[in-house]
Amino acid sequence: MKQLLVFIRKEFYHVFRDRRTLLILFGLPIVQIVLFGFALSSEVKNIGISIMDNARDVQSGQIIDKIQSSSYFKVKEPVLNYAEIERRFKDGSIKCAVLFPANFGKDLYRTGGAQIQLIADASDPNTATIVTNYLNSIIADYQQQLNPDLKPSYRIIPELRQLYNEEQNGSLNFIPGVIALIFMIVSTALTSVAVVREKELGTMEILLVSPFKPIMVLVAKAIPYLVLSLVNFIIILLLSVFLLDVEIRGSLLLLFAESILFIVTCLSLGLLISNVTNSQQTAMLLSMMGMMLPTMLLTGFMFPLENMPWIFRVISHVIPSRYYYAIVKAVMLKGLGFSYVWKETLILLGMSALLLTLALRNFKIRLQ
Amino acid sequence: MKVLLFILQKEFRQIFRDKIILAMMFAMPTIQLIIMPLAANFEVKNVNVVYVDHDHSSYSQKLIRKIASSGYFKIAGQPDSYRNGLEMIGNGEADLVLEIPAGFERNLVREGSQKVNLAVDAINGTKSSLGGAYLVSVLTDFNSNLDINIKSPGNVAKTPAAGITVDSSNWYNPRAEYKYYMVPGILVLLLTLIGGFITALNIVKEKEIGTIEQINVTPIKKWQFILGKLIPFWIVGIIVFTVGLVVMYVIYGIFPQGNLLILYLFAAVYLVALLGLGLLISTFADTQLQAMFIAFFFMMIFMLMSGFFTSTDSMPDWARTMSNLTPVTHFISVVRLIVLKGSGFSEVKAEFFYLIGFAVVLNGCAILNYRKTS
Repeated sequence: MKQLLVFIRKEFYHVFRDRRTLLILFGLPIVQIVLFGFALSSEVKNIGISIMDNARDVQSGQIIDKIQSSSYFKVKEPVLNYAEIERRFKDGSIKCAVLFPANFGKDLYRTGGAQIQLIADASDPNTATIVTNYLNSIIADYQQQLNPDLKPSYRIIPELRQLYNEEQNGSLNFIPGVIALIFMIVSTALTSVAVVREKELGTMEILLVSPFKPIMVLVAKAIPYLVLSLVNFIIILLLSVFLLDVEIRGSLLLLFAESILFIVTCLSLGLLISNVTNSQQTAMLLSMMGMMLPTMLLTGFMFPLENMPWIFRVISHVIPSRYYYAIVKAVMLKGLGFSYVWKETLILLGMSALLLTLALRNFKIRLQ
Repeated sequence: MKVLLFILQKEFRQIFRDKIILAMMFAMPTIQLIIMPLAANFEVKNVNVVYVDHDHSSYSQKLIRKIASSGYFKIAGQPDSYRNGLEMIGNGEADLVLEIPAGFERNLVREGSQKVNLAVDAINGTKSSLGGAYLVSVLTDFNSNLDINIKSPGNVAKTPAAGITVDSSNWYNPRAEYKYYMVPGILVLLLTLIGGFITALNIVKEKEIGTIEQINVTPIKKWQFILGKLIPFWIVGIIVFTVGLVVMYVIYGIFPQGNLLILYLFAAVYLVALLGLGLLISTFADTQLQAMFIAFFFMMIFMLMSGFFTSTDSMPDWARTMSNLTPVTHFISVVRLIVLKGSGFSEVKAEFFYLIGFAVVLNGCAILNYRKTS
């Protein structure tokens, strides 16, 4: 036991000696939380838009006023011809153009039908759809003002309830994702590199010939990264609660227990990688490129899994972070109890057991 | 000049000797460019709806059929109570619960209005807001159909007094397909990853193994060493970019609308800036692990701020300034403009000067920071 403590202390020295990596390790979650929380939003605001008003009458002016007062749009100088519209699309300064034909107001009152043309830059399809919808609703609103009795007389009124997130806090969805990502980086990538470095430098041989049990070498390697992951986890939780006003609804104890389980899964994966590779570069490539990308893509926190081709959905079932993501969402954000996540927990347990067995089996205590 | 040629020869030999790195440089971006756009899709479809129908009338049936046939929703079940429906949201089996109360049809016909309950899982903001909005628009549509069906024919004839029709058209991507937006962006990201990581790792590896000392004691000048490192990776980058363009055309059928020469001009300058960044990172890091992490840190921020995932327009001012100060932002926007809209040089020249600026500043810092002696 005393021996193990000494070894763990040695590993901590290794970790603390590399200040730069440590700085990035703690900087990364903080920067990510701040960016996701404050800079990035899937909302659409301040969209550049130009108006070509060939009518210049009261009605078109009223609609333009309405558009101008909306915070969604930033109305640029008016344009006079199509070539100018195209030029602005091409230098990227506008995303949409609104065209009023000559005699807009006259048409509206005399013939009872006037046309507005919207041209959206659909090279960014989501923005184009949203902008067109906004403009349509502004115009519909104006029309409603003109003749208030136009409303349909039969109405189904939806009573919309936003479950778990009444104040529409946009940060909720990504926090579990950031946590899973950080665990993958610390527990999988760093651990695998740490073991392989000893192999590469030759110090592993010294450890193996010591009277210390070889398995304990691995245990001692893993413990500092377990601690680092937990510290990072606490930092992320504190930031989410105090900086982003996210409410932790479920039991903290359950959340911690599940997180430790996932960290163990990641550590086992890291150890497995380190045992099958021989150079830091290969280990890094495997853990960073090979593991990080599937984690980001197939966990479901960036892109909805439902839309992916079936093959990706099948593959996503073997990615541990997917289950952890579901657990954190359920426990932390929805406040659900263990009875809702036992399936995911069981899968993670199974994965950890499998990975750990594989890692230990591949751990070579003899030199080639 | 001759010295430079020898260094270049050495670098190319090293690149071609390491099969893993070679595979990482060429195969990985190609495979990812083929796979990623399939997975990276922000379109919201297949929102899982469960409904509780207490009315079992022909109208409630009609409404549900309308929802199911709208294309956005998938009917995921029919729990027997609203409470069970909420349970299904908790389990993640459903995103949205619709409850149709008893007396739905009667109230609708007699009193002209009826409430229905909707609950959405709002943790995923985009999905819930879009899913909710879709459902509301399906309801609105249903309402106006009811108008025509229920009202007496005499009333229908009353045409709206002043109708504005909106004629909207989508330029550059008439069917609003997401791949046109994503594929060029992913190409830029992959190029950035390759360019940024490989140079940094390569130089730090020489440091770690100690071979950099051997180079330092030779009469090789600083600029020769740096150029010797930059040129091979610049060529690799241009090849990767070309491969990417070919993949984009062959797999996704996207051919640059604009001038290829201008596109390559931008890629050339961008790569110089990127390699400068890699070089700068390598002067700070002592081990490959450090280099990898520092590079990862910056790449992460660059990617998030670049407007690849979310529009830069909707960022707060400080974030937009920050986004303007990252090279990736400008290159992504240029590639999208040239590839999708066929913009000419005069329309994107501001971005060109930005990129030139980054190239000069990053390489300048790297050269100043590079020491032949430790």
